[in-house]
Amino acid sequence: MQLARVIGTVVATVKSPGLEGVKLLIVQPLNGQRQPVGGAVVAADAVHMAGPGELVYVVAAREAAQALPEPFVPVDHAIVGIVDAVEPVGGRARR
Amino acid sequence: MKLARVVETVVSTINAPVFDGRRLLRCDLLDPDGEPAGGYLIAVDTVGAGAGEIVLLLDEGNSARQILGVAQAPVRTLVVGIVDEVALG
Repeated sequence: MQLARVIGTVVATVKSPGLEGVKLLIVQPLNGQRQPVGGAVVAADAVHMAGPGELVYVVAAREAAQALPEPFVPVDHAIVGIVDAVEPVGGRARR
Repeated sequence: MKLARVVETVVSTINAPVFDGRRLLRCDLLDPDGEPAGGYLIAVDTVGAGAGEIVLLLDEGNSARQILGVAQAPVRTLVVGIVDEVALG
């Protein structure tokens, strides 16, 4: 999964079967420093609550469709979480 | 699988159910010699990896779901090991 910023919305009336009711958002992938990297992509909003400006994480490829109620749909990016914070790692440190 | 270094943790409240109660780690990808290879992946921790550790990342959906014991979930990247040593040559 990758971090991304939601930068827009997409409305498509004519869609492939199975995509009815799926919210589509434009997301800009981010690098580790939260800077834009690569081109923006259209992602299905699997959490139903993401909106423009939000920091999210996105799963790509075949697993994206698994985020949706109907898993055999033509979707290759899905928003699967809205980021509250990106923090230093706690827990065990062995060295 | 890929080598990576644990950098930070991603916290979310609103997420796909498979991530509830799980720890998400942002891991920078590494070359075999331990240098940053460019890019990162956010992975579900299954081993209790700590800050700065070099880990093994699994990046394949079917295997990931099998390890987590879920039939359908939008997950493909897991931390599946903590690397003690890499020897080249």
